[in-house]
Amino acid sequence: MNTKIMVKDLELHYGTFHALKNINIDLPENEVTAFIGPSGCGKSTLLKSLNRMNDLVEGCKIDGKVTLDGEDIYGDMDVNLLRRRVGMVFQKPNPFPMSIYDNIAFGPRTHGIHSKRRLDEIVERSLRGAAIWDEVKDRLDKSALGMSGGQQQRLCIARALAIEPEVLLMDEPTSALDPISTNKVEELVEDLKKDYTIIMVTHNMQQAARISDRTAFFLLGEVVEYSETGELFSSPRDKRTEDYITGRFG
Amino acid sequence: MKKQQIVEKSMAGLFFLCACVSIVAVLLICYFMFANGIPAMKEIGFGNFLLGTTWAPKNEPASFGILPMIVGSVCVTLGAIVIGVPIGILTAVFLSRFCPKSLHGVLEPMVQLMAGIPSILYGFFGMVVLVPLLRNIPGCAGVSLLAAAVLLGIMILPTIINLSESAIRAVPDSYYEGALALGATHERAVFYAVLPAAKSGILAAIVLGIGRAIGETMAVIMVAGNQAILPRSLFKGVRTMTANIVLEMGYATGIHREALIATGVVLFVFILIINLTFSVIKKRGESA
Amino acid sequence: MNEPTTAMGYRRNVLDSREHVARRTPSKTPSGRAQALGLRGAVYAAAGLTFFVLLFLIGYILVRGIPYLTPSLFEWKYTSDNCSMMPAIVTTLKMTGLSLLIAIPISVFTAVYLVEYAKRGNRLVGLIRLTTETLSGIPSIVYGLFGLLFFVTQLGWGMSLAAGALTLAIMILPLIMRSTEEALLAVPDLYREASFGLGAGKLRTTFRIVLPSAMPGILAGIILAVGRVVGETAALMYTAGTATDAASGLLSSGRTLAVHMYCLSSEGLHTNQAYATAVVLLLIVLVMNTISALVARKLTKS
Repeated sequence: MNTKIMVKDLELHYGTFHALKNINIDLPENEVTAFIGPSGCGKSTLLKSLNRMNDLVEGCKIDGKVTLDGEDIYGDMDVNLLRRRVGMVFQKPNPFPMSIYDNIAFGPRTHGIHSKRRLDEIVERSLRGAAIWDEVKDRLDKSALGMSGGQQQRLCIARALAIEPEVLLMDEPTSALDPISTNKVEELVEDLKKDYTIIMVTHNMQQAARISDRTAFFLLGEVVEYSETGELFSSPRDKRTEDYITGRFG
Repeated sequence: MKKQQIVEKSMAGLFFLCACVSIVAVLLICYFMFANGIPAMKEIGFGNFLLGTTWAPKNEPASFGILPMIVGSVCVTLGAIVIGVPIGILTAVFLSRFCPKSLHGVLEPMVQLMAGIPSILYGFFGMVVLVPLLRNIPGCAGVSLLAAAVLLGIMILPTIINLSESAIRAVPDSYYEGALALGATHERAVFYAVLPAAKSGILAAIVLGIGRAIGETMAVIMVAGNQAILPRSLFKGVRTMTANIVLEMGYATGIHREALIATGVVLFVFILIINLTFSVIKKRGESA
Repeated sequence: MNEPTTAMGYRRNVLDSREHVARRTPSKTPSGRAQALGLRGAVYAAAGLTFFVLLFLIGYILVRGIPYLTPSLFEWKYTSDNCSMMPAIVTTLKMTGLSLLIAIPISVFTAVYLVEYAKRGNRLVGLIRLTTETLSGIPSIVYGLFGLLFFVTQLGWGMSLAAGALTLAIMILPLIMRSTEEALLAVPDLYREASFGLGAGKLRTTFRIVLPSAMPGILAGIILAVGRVVGETAALMYTAGTATDAASGLLSSGRTLAVHMYCLSSEGLHTNQAYATAVVLLLIVLVMNTISALVARKLTKS
């Protein structure tokens, strides 16, 4: 098993608030890792540190080290290039107010691909990859805002796939979706892990248990426990993990 | 990638430079107004200029007292406030609390249109409708302080209405409901609970209206008569500072021209004070 | 102050407020009712007066002016006989285009700086807000004087299209800036995040995602600015001048339609032509306002 992303001694402050404390975690390649924990425990914050989306937050200060394939992402690496390698799907579907085609093509165009033929190819491959091709192939020039919530979220996954990332960060990607759409997205995630390293934040413990290989439990800005999903849910080592997964709090 | 960073940086610099344009513009305007106006005031004498009652640039020796124009501007503005403020506030009350939603959709754009009509058209309207109408009053010359006040009162309506309406809409519904709960009628609730709560916003609207009125030029010229003497009656002609500038700038030279610019400086100072008052009121309203 | 129902029992009345709201008009005393009627009457009268004046103004100008809209008023060449407004219309178009060309990039970029680039607590932002507010409060005659002193005299351009357009550009700066700023603030952060998440830089995010989404708001501001330029007189009389021929070059003088209208009506010789010119001016402003309102409505819908 290869380590794709390594987090070492990570400390994160929002102004005076200490949001992440001494995080050490290795995320393996081609697996699904789930971050679980109550609201405000820092799981989304850690996720956003992995592609430096926290840079956009004013007053955010990060110490420690995060490496992607051994390269320090807070060092010399170009942040736009990093985000190309580490794609992201957000909690609420956020397609741009443009056509389905242009939504997918936005990323590749950003990275310098302008040939119509290649873009067509990428759009089709990405939409197929996100299992939504058949539903939208006849209306690629229609506005993405006219799609249902579940379709929009899969479009956003396709949009992330179009830049051919190595890692896919998903921040509660199903929390705004109905059960049927959730199911589709979950199936998709299972499928995608063959080619991508996936890290997913979720509120839903069943979801973590269903689709992840490894699970990390967060509490108050710390990683309490991190192990294989089966192990964490069947025989948690920490009392706090046990309390959480058996529903005693949060 | 390096090239892209250079582009990002230089565009960010460009945005910053553009943002500085408005600062530079204000500095330039201040500098050129004061640098050209103050020396003339010194030469004429501050007292003679601001408090002198005779404006006779062609006399030997010439006399440059702009008190008549200052008083004229103040009187015309006061008149506009007396006429425009009550009507404006009541119209704002109508739009925000009495008017059905469908009607509001028609009237609101009309207020915007009213704000967009050029002053030259208001002036023309005043000249061909208002002035002949006022001539029917015995002793009224038609072109008069009254005509200017009425016309300006109309012209500041959209300013007053817009700002007052948003101030009234910003009052929490609980004030209105609370008043109804105490047994007040709809009218009483609006006038005694909602309006007082919108006080600072309405005050800001009035101040902005004053600024519009005192700075108005073309419309006033066309209906005010423009005699450069202290106004003695509502029905007699009057000249404002703005009118003084436009009427004589075309042919003025030397000290006369500088005195006109100095008139502009006095007007500018008035405006700056009004603007300052406006932002103080607005800020206090926001923090309260 | 005749409200016998309450005074003491405020707390209790608030508690069962719902019941009172349902009863709606509980004031039973005659004086209370009279007061309510009086207030209501005043409100209706004021609103009626306001909109009557507006409609009367528009109607009066249209009715008196339309019959005099003759072909001779639109001849290419102005003579003191035909009083053609065609040269003035051409100058107005040039003046509008030129001042927009200068004002749009500066004001849109200023708004972009304020909303997208400036960090919170940046002192400069406060200063920029203060100066734009000052600019929007300065009356047009002061702009005119400034333009005369700076562009016409100091820079030696003489009364010219360029001097007029630059003066107007400064004047409409705050107008476009304010509406652009509001439109940018209304663009959801979700779009920005998504774009950054795909590896797009700030510049690309601004130009490809944020500005297109804010376009209707920006457009509404620009259209208002056009209305302002078309209707402006006092700022132009001594910057662009009152020459009757259409301004040919940047440094030649010319009168816009509004200035033309002022000259006609103050001369007092061509009242009918003045009416007709007023109609054209009014129609332009009406059209501009309608478009702006439609664009703004589209904005609030989406």
